Amino acid sequence: MTKWLLTAAALILGLLVLSFGLGGRKQGALAVVGSTSIQPFAEMIAQEYQKSHPGRYVDVQGGGSTAGLQAVANGIAEVGMCSRALKPDETGYAAVTIARDGLAIVVHPSNPVAGLSRTQIRKMFAGDITARNWSQVGGDDRPIRIITREEGSGTREAFQKLVMGKARISRKALTQESNGAVKELVRHDPGAVGYMSLGLAHGLKVLAVDGVEPLRAAVVSGQYPLVRPFLFVTRGEPSDRAKAFMAYVLSAPAQELLETEGLVRAQ
Amino acid sequence: MRREKIIALALLVTALSAISGLALITAFIFKEGLPIMLTVGLEKFILSGDWYPTEGAFGIFPMIVGSLAVTAGAMVIGVLFGLGCAVLLTQFAPPRLVSIIKPSIELLAGIPSVVYGFLGVVILVPLIRENLGGPGLSVLAASIVLGIMVLPTVTSISVDALQAVPRSYREGSIALGATVWQTTHRVVLRAARSGIVAAVILGMGRAVGETMAVIMVAGNTLDVPGSILDPVRTLTSNIALEMGYAAGDHRKALFATGVVLFVIIMILNTIALAVSRRRARQAVVR
Repeated sequence: MTKWLLTAAALILGLLVLSFGLGGRKQGALAVVGSTSIQPFAEMIAQEYQKSHPGRYVDVQGGGSTAGLQAVANGIAEVGMCSRALKPDETGYAAVTIARDGLAIVVHPSNPVAGLSRTQIRKMFAGDITARNWSQVGGDDRPIRIITREEGSGTREAFQKLVMGKARISRKALTQESNGAVKELVRHDPGAVGYMSLGLAHGLKVLAVDGVEPLRAAVVSGQYPLVRPFLFVTRGEPSDRAKAFMAYVLSAPAQELLETEGLVRAQ
Repeated sequence: MRREKIIALALLVTALSAISGLALITAFIFKEGLPIMLTVGLEKFILSGDWYPTEGAFGIFPMIVGSLAVTAGAMVIGVLFGLGCAVLLTQFAPPRLVSIIKPSIELLAGIPSVVYGFLGVVILVPLIRENLGGPGLSVLAASIVLGIMVLPTVTSISVDALQAVPRSYREGSIALGATVWQTTHRVVLRAARSGIVAAVILGMGRAVGETMAVIMVAGNTLDVPGSILDPVRTLTSNIALEMGYAAGDHRKALFATGVVLFVIIMILNTIALAVSRRRARQAVVR
């Protein structure tokens, strides 16, 4: 019995030491927290950054745009990621646009509908009686299944602002908590329609909006109507390592990387 | 002797810290959640279906219905299979079979809920969507996943209750010429009734509180479900979905959702406790 207890104690002690050890390595890491839409891109840049700047660590975490802003305000993170414009009541932040992103309206690859107007999309997501079946917008006879993001998501807020305006998203909308979950649903459901970052919409059918295909040229020129900024947000005077990372994100190689991944450069 | 006392004291401290944890959680949830319930109005908070947190409308009626519907569905599945298993294990199965089935069911309790949720999304949801219609993410999917998750609770407590029935009852019934099945459902199940009720209620508590798996398979709409193929949002998923972003009144409203959940679970636990006390008294009378 004593022997067993000793073994257990040794094990726990070992684990503790190990976890402190691992934690210690991350001590100097710059915390970048926020939007799950920006997260995959930020992770990619962070990796490149760590490769070219040995000794610097960047720790990228998701959580959502609003959560990122809160983390910056509370001092938990130095840099927040926000996938929408700041609201008037969100003051005291310094925001830098690191890239722009088209908001894609996505459907199942087998869906024959090629494009929708913003009014049609709004009616669909509001649950309007004139847009509940795909046949009402030129598709097959199949009920429209709308998929939205949870309250507080930057993607949802961008969609609300760019498409819905004052109209509310229907209560009947399925709510998923990440771009990945929305994608998974749309990919397998022939009646589904959702919205997500254009850069992440591989493998789905992306609809034209107001007659404009969401191609890069159209996003750059501003013809494609659903474009939102990707922001890096700080509060107060940023530390040197935060400044260095932000400068790297805006540098030519990082911007090129973002562009090859489907985003549109900041300038 | 002194050593003995020190050990007793140390144990007392650990026990008290566990209880104070519970007290702190309770106090905190109520402190954060009650004020907003009172400002919104208790009736409106519980009976209104308008949940627009950014506009200051907080009504959780659809989620209460959602939680209850999903739990009821889970109990139908969990009790049917759990009780069936328990009866098989205690009355019919040879010891060798018991030694295989019982640990396997108990193993179900050790699987993390995300794994259940993931299996649900990948296998169950498409099956429902293609064969029964609707979005697939539904009350039915959540009920099946939760039903499997409560199996170990329901089975193991029912097994204990059935094993606690005195041998003499069984023997007496068989001696009177009853078959094993007649003995089981006329004598043993009745004698173990209160224990089985406790098993069901504890399973219910687990089903009401489960979050991760439900978020993944229930669809999380804000509407009251009209059928078992409709998606729902439960109280727990509402908290987990929006917790990350919520600030101000929205955050408080999520705590208030927690208060409602807390009250529901307290009611269930109190019933379970009362039932098992009654059972203990009956055992003494016997």
